[in-house]
Amino acid sequence: MKEFKYVVTDPEGIHARPAGMLVKAVKEFSCDIKIAKDGKAMNCKAIFGIMGLAVKQGEEVTLTFDGADEDAAYEAISNFMKENL
Amino acid sequence: MQIYQGKSVFSGIAIGKIRVYKKNERQVKRVKVENPDAEMARFEEAKAKGIAQLGVLYEKACKEVGEANAAIFEVHQMMMEDDGYNESVENIIKSQGVNAEYAVATTGDNFAQMFSAMDDDYMRERAADVKDISERLISILNGDDTDASLNDEPAIIVADDLAPSETVQMDKDKVLSFVTVHGSLNSHTAILARTMAIPALVGTPLPLDESVDGKLGIVDGSDGTIYVDPDEETLAAMQKRRTEEEEKKKLLLTLKGKENITLDGQKILLYANIGNIKDLAAVMQNDAGGIGLFRSEFIYLEQDHYPTEEEQFRIYKQAAETMAGKRVIIRTLDIGADKQCDYFEMEKEENPALGCRAIRICLTRPEIFKTQLRALFRASAYGKIAIMYPMITSVGEVRQIKAIVEEVKASLAEQGIEYGNPEQGIMIETPAAAIISDELAKEVDFFSIGTNDLSQYTLAIDRQNTKLDPFFDPHHPAILRMIRMVVENAHKAGIWAGICGELGADQELTKEFLAMGVDELSVSPGNILPLRKIILETNVAEYKAGKKC
Repeated sequence: MKEFKYVVTDPEGIHARPAGMLVKAVKEFSCDIKIAKDGKAMNCKAIFGIMGLAVKQGEEVTLTFDGADEDAAYEAISNFMKENL
Repeated sequence: MQIYQGKSVFSGIAIGKIRVYKKNERQVKRVKVENPDAEMARFEEAKAKGIAQLGVLYEKACKEVGEANAAIFEVHQMMMEDDGYNESVENIIKSQGVNAEYAVATTGDNFAQMFSAMDDDYMRERAADVKDISERLISILNGDDTDASLNDEPAIIVADDLAPSETVQMDKDKVLSFVTVHGSLNSHTAILARTMAIPALVGTPLPLDESVDGKLGIVDGSDGTIYVDPDEETLAAMQKRRTEEEEKKKLLLTLKGKENITLDGQKILLYANIGNIKDLAAVMQNDAGGIGLFRSEFIYLEQDHYPTEEEQFRIYKQAAETMAGKRVIIRTLDIGADKQCDYFEMEKEENPALGCRAIRICLTRPEIFKTQLRALFRASAYGKIAIMYPMITSVGEVRQIKAIVEEVKASLAEQGIEYGNPEQGIMIETPAAAIISDELAKEVDFFSIGTNDLSQYTLAIDRQNTKLDPFFDPHHPAILRMIRMVVENAHKAGIWAGICGELGADQELTKEFLAMGVDELSVSPGNILPLRKIILETNVAEYKAGKKC
């Protein structure tokens, strides 16, 4: 299992559109990907789960990757977060 | 005649029959089913149809209102595919042995409630998205594949509120305008309406009953009024205004999408001047090739504190992204003279037009300037931003600016913050800058001639003083010669030169500017298409020859 911590810099936080983009990105991978804030973990492949966390700018989220292609997923998604969120 | 006042989302005039639009709020009944698996299959089938419908809507919206605004339908698709949502539907169908409609309605309500309870305005509004996708699924399950059917004569649609999918699905030939009781100026619906260029009002407190339904109505988008059962006088006045606007629209249709090229093949760029991020829709509608003057002052004037880097970054990024690769020329802070801002605590000046304004403030108070530059350089990573510095009078000032820019870039790099590499140009709006434009041209990427200030400084006429109007000649040869000189000097140094003052929109001068070789005219959005018409009808070589004889 791999883990990635990230502090969101997008002023709007992870709102609907970015959440949608994130879902699109993680769905490329078969491993289990979760996103957590304040200990509350949600399935990162489900948009309502991510939106439900209501992540705002400056808040830290933890992504975990667990499964066959976890290395590739970790690489791609951590880059995605840095570029887009 | 009844008159109601709302907030205008988009201007224009619509006259026609009012139709009160009611959602197909069907009562969803809870029905026991024999075979939950068959019910699950029905749900899966409806979901596949719903996702396909949203795909069609996405494509339609992409064409009509651009990708950024269409993204909401992609988000809706993902919501329909959301695991939690689907598990909840499945769970209700299987554990309770009930119909899919009921399971979807209940799940939709639960999820909507989760959003409504959130401590965040933006997220609260998302409850509407959940309801929207649930409504769609229920419609499909009920066998209504087409919703929002408006098959009668064109009408003014009046509703409590409209979901974005509802406004896009409406056949626009049948919608003259829409007016909602709720909805904010920044809701998806409002943004879509602006981009679709339909006169529309939100927040209009009118009754949704027979006192309105079926009556003749007039929507005046310029001041946010709807007249129900108008008297003859009002009707006649509005019809006249509508005719005028329709003529403008016709011109727009024939000229949209055309290149700005003269009969003998000379091209010129037609850009738009904007004073607020809200004007972006007008820029798109009028087919501007870019933004030639984005007056950043509004960000300062609308606030009671210095706007932060993040606040500015967001606005610049939005402009860059919306224009999607087209040039966006943002002018740095131009406060002072007739534009004052209390929290700047500027000293009172004898002669503010010749006082501490624009770049002079930025160079004396670099901390304000640096904040704006950081935001601009960061936003440049998201599109084709160009930065333009106002009120330049000397080469020294340009070098001072460059030194500050280098500091800003170095600190961004050090902090590992991404930034772009925008073009940097200056306004030519003082006679001094015009006269030394050969030297200035070596320092910058472009010139934009600000004819308003250039005229007032050259002719020594205060443009606020109407008593001086008889002395003011906007076509004064001194000004035209200066413009010609500036353009020539720019071209000698291999840079481009445009005009962003009021003179740029002066149709009597368009041919002259083409003859001078001006590369760009930046005008208010409404002037773009009329200018394009002139350009398309002009033969520059003939015009030049005609002037000589």
